Amino acid sequence: MEEIILIKLGEMVLKGLNRNTFETALIKNIRRRLNGLGEFDIRTAQSTVYVTPKEGADLDTAVEKISKIFGIATLSRACVVKKDMPEILKAAEEYLKIDLLSAKSFKVESKRSDKRFPLKSPQISAQLGEYLLDKFPNLHVDVHNPEIIVRVEIRDFAAYVHGQPIRGAGGIPVGTGGKAAILISGGIDSPVAAWTMAKRGLELTAVHFASPPYTSERAEQKVVSLLQRVSKYAGHINMFTVPFAKIQEEILKKCPEELFTLIMRRFMMRVSEKIARREHCQALITGESLGQVASQTLQAIVCTDAAADMPVFRPLIGMDKLEIIDISRKIDTFDISIQPYEDCCTVFTPKHPRTRPELQYILEAEQALDCDGLIEECLNNVKLTKIRA
Amino acid sequence: MGEIYFDNSSTTMVCREAASRIMDMLTNNYGNPSSLHTKGFKAEQEQNSARNEIASFLNVYPEEIYFTSGGTESNNLAIFGAAHAMRKRGNHIVTTAIEHPSVLNVMKQLEKEGFIVTYLKPDSSGKIYPEQIFKAVNPRTILVSMMYVNNEVGSILPIEAVSSAISAARSPALFHVDAVQAFGKLPINPKKLKIDLMSISSHKIHGPKGVGALYIRKGVHIVPRTYGGGQEKDIRPGTEAVPMIVGFGAAVKALPSFDIELKEMKKLNAYCRQKLGEIEDIKINSPEDALPYIINFSAGDVRAETMLHFLSSKEIYVSSGSACSKGKASYVLTSMGLTKQRIASSLRISFSRFNNLEDVDVFIDTLKDGLIEITKRPI
Repeated sequence: MEEIILIKLGEMVLKGLNRNTFETALIKNIRRRLNGLGEFDIRTAQSTVYVTPKEGADLDTAVEKISKIFGIATLSRACVVKKDMPEILKAAEEYLKIDLLSAKSFKVESKRSDKRFPLKSPQISAQLGEYLLDKFPNLHVDVHNPEIIVRVEIRDFAAYVHGQPIRGAGGIPVGTGGKAAILISGGIDSPVAAWTMAKRGLELTAVHFASPPYTSERAEQKVVSLLQRVSKYAGHINMFTVPFAKIQEEILKKCPEELFTLIMRRFMMRVSEKIARREHCQALITGESLGQVASQTLQAIVCTDAAADMPVFRPLIGMDKLEIIDISRKIDTFDISIQPYEDCCTVFTPKHPRTRPELQYILEAEQALDCDGLIEECLNNVKLTKIRA
Repeated sequence: MGEIYFDNSSTTMVCREAASRIMDMLTNNYGNPSSLHTKGFKAEQEQNSARNEIASFLNVYPEEIYFTSGGTESNNLAIFGAAHAMRKRGNHIVTTAIEHPSVLNVMKQLEKEGFIVTYLKPDSSGKIYPEQIFKAVNPRTILVSMMYVNNEVGSILPIEAVSSAISAARSPALFHVDAVQAFGKLPINPKKLKIDLMSISSHKIHGPKGVGALYIRKGVHIVPRTYGGGQEKDIRPGTEAVPMIVGFGAAVKALPSFDIELKEMKKLNAYCRQKLGEIEDIKINSPEDALPYIINFSAGDVRAETMLHFLSSKEIYVSSGSACSKGKASYVLTSMGLTKQRIASSLRISFSRFNNLEDVDVFIDTLKDGLIEITKRPI
């Protein structure tokens, strides 16, 4: 049985004159993501994208990959049938057999865009409904609240019997919103923040701070695994690993202990911004959530924010931990995030961190450090890992 | 003339790719993946890439793959583990009469523990139908365990119907698939079929013996059978058999794509069936639409074992029924309702990508010789 994938576009159908840009970006993302699964023919008509596999193409995997591409409201598989009523009846029975066996109520919805087809839509629905009632004694018709909707579409070249629709990833196509750099540690929050912003069309670059020998190869590997998960949604990501132990040791040696975390985070902002600019990013993204830890109080955020000279997106700022965990389970990063490796933030935590810091004291404390020199050295030793979706 | 190995459903030759990786892991990269140092990390990385290879082959997440010692352990872990975890929600299990002994004997044990097991019966060609599953599952059902491909006759079971049957019955049941014979031979999509647990094995696909895996869908909880130091997330603890695991991964990586290999196998199968069909007294026991790797047939009134040894003396290796239950009358063929004589004379040949049409020719000629020679004998 020949099958295709039908994709209904998401909120970008609401766009005006630049809608085309969004559609083009989406099609490009779809093509890229289906790379390696065989040949597909991809075309758009009336807010629907038709993905037709050529021989040997892997449709199951294609469906799964497409369900993670932003810019899509729903998708469904459909079987392609000759435009002939007896064939359509047989196809619906066979193609939807398992769904129909397991349901109690159904209705048929037909759409005839090829007006040369002899039956009108209501007649198609009536005939098919009657046929299925006869074949599946477990079913009754319920037009208001059916468990299953059988959809038939008569188009120019063929008729389609639709399978049950799957919800798409929503959002707008990655790349249409520009590019931003996510600061990623390996915890639960940052992958969720990355995913959330990719959903709004941002292409991602990642910055990870590693502190060997205090942190292990495994901690860095964990971040790679996390980004691989995020890239299933966000597409390709370039990850920059920054050796950070030297800066941390300097801060520890020369600054007051209770300001350690804040000064460290300010360095992270500065280094990230430098990398972001080099990579043509226009914003930073962090996984901060207000009040979650000492470094994420409003006063602390004021201090870290002052170190960055570009917009900082904090999509999780108003979310509870449990809400964040829900998303991390949904995007399958949770199980990786909870692997217990030390990361650069947990190595040197002060006993009593300042929760209401004042910027002025921090600036004074930083006087003891050769900020530019330390950052420069850091940037010279950055390592690039390419994460491919 | 070299040997002809037509017993690939029993086990396979380890492919070069796997063998050389195993050697390297045994002699160079021998660290314990739980060790914190770099030697351990390197071994862990190799193990992880094997896990990734297998996971992406199945289109699932690597953390859903748990390594075991093989198909039997995976089946035991899945079925006992699921039954014991679900005990409070019901006591009914659905399976088929043609499962592998590592499923059926677990079921027997569970029956002793008070579970009630429904065994679906195949028709005379070894097939099971979706309607049977829908009829068998009820709200007290806590597990449906079904093989994807039968090891003796190669019939393909309708596993695509199971998750719908479970939800239609409003049953909490978990769904286990014994995919040992299907893995690497048919595309399987556990996510699409809503499979909760799935057993696979390495040595059926040119990997080493002694390693297999259980796929456990995220969010599914089963009770472990062994307790230890936390490996495989405590579902299957014990220091991992890293060399074997890496060999398993290499074997999966070396698999040709399904459409190429299936085409080849269909050719071999059709040719072999045609040649067998030309011999009087040969009856094919596998259904028409069986997995093309397997052909089960009965050869007149010649006892299977006699023919097997005759072929073996000519370096042609086939199997009588399943290698796992040597000597006994096949319960699979019995449940298909075949006559005693047909069962007693049944042989199974099973192909791999290392067989070709000439092998079939030699096999058929030798089989014919055997039929003449053996029927001449007094017994």
